[in-house]
Amino acid sequence: MTSQVSSPAEQADEAAPAGVGEQRNPAGGKDVRRLDRVIIRFAGDSGDGMQLTGDRFTSETASFGNDLSTLPNFPAEIRAPAGTLPGVSSFQLHFADHDILTPGDAPNVLVAMNPAALKANVGDLPRGAEIIVNTDEFTKRAMQKVGYAASPLEDGSLDGYHLHPVPLTTLTVEALKEFDLTRKEAERSKNMFALGLLSWMYHRPTEGTERFLKSKFAKKPAIAAANIAAFRAGWNFGETTEDFAVSYEVAPAAKAFPVGTYRNISGNLALSYGLVAASRQADLPLYLGSYPITPASDILHELSKHKNFGVRTFQAEDEIAGIGAALGAAFGGSLAVTTTSGPGVALKSETIGLAVSLELPLLVIDIQRGGPSTGLPTKTEQADLLQAMFGRNGEAPVPIVAPRTPADCFDAALEAARIALTYRTPVMLLSDGYLANGSEPWRIPELDELPDLTVQFTQGPNHTLDDGTEVFWPYKRDPETLARPWAIPGTPGLEHRIGGIEKEDGTGNISYAPANHDFMVRTRQAKIDGIDVPDLEVDDPHEADTLVLGWGSTYGPITAAVRRLRTAGESIAQAHLRHLNPFPRNLGAVLKRYDKVVIPEMNLGQLATLVRAKYLVDAHSYNQVNGMPFKAEQLATALKEAIDG
Amino acid sequence: MAETSREGTGTIEALSLVPKAEARQSMKDFKSDQEVRWCPGCGDYAILAAVQGFMPELGLAKENIVFVSGIGCSSRFPYYMNTYGMHSIHGRAPAIATGLASSRTDLSVWVVTGDGDALSIGGNHLIHALRRNVNLKILLFNNRIYGLTKGQYSPTSEVGKITKSTPMGSLDAPFNPVSLAIGAEASFVARTVDSDRKHLTEVLRQAAAHRGTALIEIYQNCNIFNDGAFEALKDRQQAEEAVIRLEHGQPIRFGADGSRGVVRDPATGDLKVVTVTPDNESDVLVHDAHATSPTTAFALSRLADPDTLHHTPIGVLRAVDRPVYDTQMADQLDSAIEQNGKGDLAALLAGGDTWTVVG
Repeated sequence: MTSQVSSPAEQADEAAPAGVGEQRNPAGGKDVRRLDRVIIRFAGDSGDGMQLTGDRFTSETASFGNDLSTLPNFPAEIRAPAGTLPGVSSFQLHFADHDILTPGDAPNVLVAMNPAALKANVGDLPRGAEIIVNTDEFTKRAMQKVGYAASPLEDGSLDGYHLHPVPLTTLTVEALKEFDLTRKEAERSKNMFALGLLSWMYHRPTEGTERFLKSKFAKKPAIAAANIAAFRAGWNFGETTEDFAVSYEVAPAAKAFPVGTYRNISGNLALSYGLVAASRQADLPLYLGSYPITPASDILHELSKHKNFGVRTFQAEDEIAGIGAALGAAFGGSLAVTTTSGPGVALKSETIGLAVSLELPLLVIDIQRGGPSTGLPTKTEQADLLQAMFGRNGEAPVPIVAPRTPADCFDAALEAARIALTYRTPVMLLSDGYLANGSEPWRIPELDELPDLTVQFTQGPNHTLDDGTEVFWPYKRDPETLARPWAIPGTPGLEHRIGGIEKEDGTGNISYAPANHDFMVRTRQAKIDGIDVPDLEVDDPHEADTLVLGWGSTYGPITAAVRRLRTAGESIAQAHLRHLNPFPRNLGAVLKRYDKVVIPEMNLGQLATLVRAKYLVDAHSYNQVNGMPFKAEQLATALKEAIDG
Repeated sequence: MAETSREGTGTIEALSLVPKAEARQSMKDFKSDQEVRWCPGCGDYAILAAVQGFMPELGLAKENIVFVSGIGCSSRFPYYMNTYGMHSIHGRAPAIATGLASSRTDLSVWVVTGDGDALSIGGNHLIHALRRNVNLKILLFNNRIYGLTKGQYSPTSEVGKITKSTPMGSLDAPFNPVSLAIGAEASFVARTVDSDRKHLTEVLRQAAAHRGTALIEIYQNCNIFNDGAFEALKDRQQAEEAVIRLEHGQPIRFGADGSRGVVRDPATGDLKVVTVTPDNESDVLVHDAHATSPTTAFALSRLADPDTLHHTPIGVLRAVDRPVYDTQMADQLDSAIEQNGKGDLAALLAGGDTWTVVG
């Protein structure tokens, strides 16, 4: 599990190559070796079904009880030119018999469906890694297309690896010859053949995949049967062929997980469920106004399936209308949400400012991707923090919440809803492409563990005028939270008008009075500054001099790096921020306890900028903006330099 | 078209989901305590008075009425209505109102906007609200100028308009809001004039009775920056030749003693204005606002000369029944519950493939 600040097991995550344990050879069978963890990468053309293959292997692995972490990586083009390097789509899965934190730095096994997939990925493999290639695709032309002058399968360039040349396409077509399929149709099942082979290699359960194929192709039973046949043929091929002499076992990670019922979940799915749960806990209907954008669209898709929870999803004409509709629904008493990515946040900025002025609850969910502009739509980045913090005209403070792992997106959604509803404010939730598409095991919460988010709409007058008249003042605040009352249309006697023009304190009438504006600006800021957020927890078992501070999806890699360093005898403290605005009350005190503060971010130092400005701490920034999550080893090296420096 | 109601009995079928007022209402019930701050002589005053005067007729619970506006002079409107209201941001009122109306079918939602707000910065939201047919009544105050920013040309200004931003004359061709709305699949499109309270009220009445999005273009005089823009329609003598009053089921005739009429040109199928004679009287087009095809309504909208305003049709150009977005959205929620049962969160979270770790 990856949802704890401090791991009970100080295990050096990914510190060593996959450990080889006992070896056994059941009578008449092949060798079976026990491993503590494996990193597999499936790679092929973007039309080869690699994401599906990876998803299925992940599901099998999850149901087997391993801990796991995944990293889908695909081009923005739906079908980039076949056989080219930019067209390669891959899915990396790290699974283990213990608690792990990242999808892994370097794969132990690469499945390459064509020369492009080999070329694009081989550089990431450590020597000795296993490579399974589909030899059928290694034609002269296909190899030339990616710049192989000679076949890498024959020129000795792969000598340092354990190469398994398999004619995957031929074998698949052969296995399906009894089916009434064209060659092209039959070839399409080659990913299932590969999945079957890998499932054999790693002793994965197969029932789930067969069930999945039957239901996915329920309307095309012949296709379902063909895919299942290809899947089984892959399994049988592994068992029979001499090229695969060894299979591997990775025991369930039973000890790594607290007691409970688990499932595998991606960040966007967890976030969607968190929103549905927040709606139930608040007893408010959920309203999503959204415009499709990668990598956020899956939340729109998911919520659209749950209309029986009273969820309304509105696919708007643009980003502005998406948030506009959500804000209108918030005025009407819905738990209102808009989902987007960085470019969409830019378009929504003016409406977020309006929501700040109206002081209505609104969740703005930003699944960050590489920027600026269109940037890298399918790659991850954390470079919207300052946009979330400051990207509006005027003084328009907005609370910011950031999940740290895919499963944590569930809790982060509930937390964002709590803040929005309690303080009547738009809230930014900053997830990212890595969390959105990555997955991990999730302990399914009991419903009675979920927070109570119920709100009271105002039902009657809240103010008495000097002459004794009872009136409703839309901007008369709760003295504790500074939240204004939420009186929704349909409530008799509370008819009122709100708007983006500065309002008079209390009455909410238009006011251009200088002193009033000064007061309102400071009050809106004070409301956000006063939000109750939990103190920052610090994991510091050895009273270290150096603190590594992170936020969002860097939690996994940072924690893995910290484990490595501690295993190597280093002292380093770790803290991870969920609340970026306001910061936890104790953050300043925590920072001042350490001689050195290092902040790794997938941007050019945005949290570091905020921390330096607010606390006058000489935080050291460590940055990466290549569209990929940090690798644990690279981070460990950087942190070591900081400790020594 | 649904029957119109002149009594405060709330019998309008289109508003059947909105709770009724318990007591009889009067115009003053709809006046807020805020001082109206438009320029003296502005056409907005007449429209405000007409709307406040008309509202009691609907007999709706005041608290279930919401006015949403964008930015511009007209968009101050909600502050003066003693209903729920939101003065939002430039051009976005239709989007915000769509969220409100589609989440609350028990509300009567009105959008107040102007030619710049609706047709320039908010053009996208307007056309999409119209095609979706959300239950909104959109009052588009068209004064053919930007007033609040002090007099730049607008997307409905005539070509060659001399303004502060176009000292040598504006270059862009104007939108005809009625043509635009019909092109955007609007189910209800009407045009009226600020100074003709009776006509304005009748159009409001028909709009309120319409299920779905109603677009009402209201020609409104800006006496500061574009005074007299619609004088051709208001001056009694000129109006005879300029204004074509449309009434459903009636021949389209205008001018002194109905001497002029609209007929279809057999050669092109387009519409044209003719002097009515005993020979051609039977050719005069009978106005059918409920025609399924928008073709004739569109042709009618094109009769007006954008410069002189001659042959400007006013009244309801189009009013057709189409599925209403917000009730359909609510229906989908109901059928989802019928098909799958009411959502069970525990079952949703558990999903399909789970495993259990025991101590």
